[in-house]
Amino acid sequence: MRIRLELYASLMGYLPAGSDRHASTCDLPDGSTAHVLLDRYGVPRDKAHLVLRNGVFLHQEQRDAQPLADGDVIAVWPPVAGG
Amino acid sequence: MAWTRKILRVDLNNGTCTAEALNMAWAKDYLGQRGLATKYLSEEVDPKCDALGPDNKLIMTTGPLTGTMASTGGRYSVVTKSPLTGLVACSNSGGFIGAEMKNAGWDMIIFEGKSAQPVYLYVENDTAELRPADDLWGKSVWEADELLHKKHQDPLLRVACIGRAAEQGCLYSAVVNDLHRAAGRSGVGTVMASKNLKAVAIRGTKGVGNIRDPQGFMAAVNAGKQVLADNAVTGQGLPTYGTQVLMNVINGIGAMPTRNMREVQFDGASKISGEAMHEPRKSDGKPNLTTNAGCFGCTIACGRISTVDRGHFSVENKPEYWGNSGGLEYEAAWALGSDTGVDDLDAITYVNFLCNEDGMDPISFGATVAAAMELFQEGAITTEHTGGIDLSFDRADTLVKLAELTAKGEGFGKDIGLGSKRLCEKYGRPELSMTVKSQEFPAYDPRGIQGMGLAYATSNRGACHLRGYTVASEVLGIPVKTDPLATEGKAELVKAFQDATAAVDSSGLCVFTTFAWSMENIAPQVDAACDGDWSVDKMLEVGERIWNLERDFNMRAGMTADQDTLPKRLLKDAATVGPAKGRVNDLDKMLPEYYALRGWTADGQITPETRTRFRL
Repeated sequence: MRIRLELYASLMGYLPAGSDRHASTCDLPDGSTAHVLLDRYGVPRDKAHLVLRNGVFLHQEQRDAQPLADGDVIAVWPPVAGG
Repeated sequence: MAWTRKILRVDLNNGTCTAEALNMAWAKDYLGQRGLATKYLSEEVDPKCDALGPDNKLIMTTGPLTGTMASTGGRYSVVTKSPLTGLVACSNSGGFIGAEMKNAGWDMIIFEGKSAQPVYLYVENDTAELRPADDLWGKSVWEADELLHKKHQDPLLRVACIGRAAEQGCLYSAVVNDLHRAAGRSGVGTVMASKNLKAVAIRGTKGVGNIRDPQGFMAAVNAGKQVLADNAVTGQGLPTYGTQVLMNVINGIGAMPTRNMREVQFDGASKISGEAMHEPRKSDGKPNLTTNAGCFGCTIACGRISTVDRGHFSVENKPEYWGNSGGLEYEAAWALGSDTGVDDLDAITYVNFLCNEDGMDPISFGATVAAAMELFQEGAITTEHTGGIDLSFDRADTLVKLAELTAKGEGFGKDIGLGSKRLCEKYGRPELSMTVKSQEFPAYDPRGIQGMGLAYATSNRGACHLRGYTVASEVLGIPVKTDPLATEGKAELVKAFQDATAAVDSSGLCVFTTFAWSMENIAPQVDAACDGDWSVDKMLEVGERIWNLERDFNMRAGMTADQDTLPKRLLKDAATVGPAKGRVNDLDKMLPEYYALRGWTADGQITPETRTRFRL
């Protein structure tokens, strides 16, 4: 299945060379989770504070347990805030 | 103590400046800054008065920790009755003037009446006097600031000033201090202009030494600073990306108000984001962001200092805008960008400069332009009204032109200066105004963040994110993650954020500390500085008392509980994309519980029991 990973803020450095501003696309085996995806790109799990699957927040346990689906967009931020 | 226990009362009718003692009984109930100044306003001003008449008063106020060694202890507020909302206004700013005022020996400056001629207030420690400002009137904030520094030959003079927008009656004019910081919301600058008061220039060299327990204070302050440094948000995220890091986050969850809040995602978000501000430009290889900047005593430093590409159409042949100046924060970038559909980073940075230069709230300005663009699209406004300007969404040249006109009160800029509500009413389509209690929304769509709908509807100064920032919990997971699409538990969450924020806003500290600090970190600093008991419970009690006092002022001003609502668009028109697709804001599911938690009646009235509890 094909997954689009988007990395923001200080995590952008984990994108492979040649990626566009925030995103990279990769193929993963069926049943892969968000953590499998993060491991593929070498993103430390403890730096992945906000993980959105198609815009919906994934809790820690879901990042290990919830299988992704073809076409999913996973967007990840370190701890951030504003106002 | 921490309070100086001194107020400066400035009678603009007679041109006198008089020192008086701070009411310490009130200080023990309302702490300082937002709470204490609102108490003075509530006691001294008829809430039904004309906000732009001589009976209104304008209060510049510090908190007990302003000017101390506490991190972010440089905040001050401007409190008055708002001409935009007709309700209480309290606009908070950083920079340096708050600390300067405190170092000059004043907790608060109360302006009353109206001067016959333009004047400015000059304060040097105990000396205070009104001086003629005929040469400053008609000048921008930046020009007036420079003239005052030349006049007084003092580079360390701190200045808070209004620009031409306020003089021309723009209803969301700000009081700008230190060139780039602003008491921005609710038109506090317009009130200042109505009093013929152009500026306040302060030099204070006395220090703030009146700390109750100096050793305990420094221990609490140092512990607090360590928490800020160790926290990933306040130690790394905010200094590096500023509040603008939220642009992609909020867009990602489908809560980005776009094109006058018709849509909830903006396809140009990444082009105007905090990350984009770091990217080198093709033209000169320099990024938009030059550096970050901190206010007095701040160890976070979220401020942005930026440049506009010299070749960009907005600054072509305008070398005065080629240098570094105050850059985009998230709210400004949203209002000037997403809400108008403009994805040109240089254009919105330039317009942000203009908002600083002439003292306009960029949120209300951008949101009013967005409303005008929808009115134009609907045919309610035509080029005959605008003097030939095409108000189509997405047009950066239109945004720039309207900013230049509104800053000077010229042409169609006069109409933009009315704010969204009055503009939409004037052109016969009031339902297109995205406001609560006449104040424009900030950058979070309440269809995608349900708690913010309740926070907006019940905010005591109209639509505002800084009265109860449940985004912290609902989106960012601070202090705990809650579901942004759920309504359960949000009444309690909103009340907790509102009360805590009211207390922080009364202390002299910046609310951004609360991304890392809880009241457990703040109360010990206040307690060591101030006489009396300032436990966590006391701070929260004071916050709740302030909230009720503000509500009481508004009710006496004529506000009714049926104004605790949202525009129909947000209650009836469901989001069409993103995680909130199909959702409206379910305010009706949260509001009754909120009233009950507040100790108010089912129709939003403060009960006698609640009045007694808070000694209102």
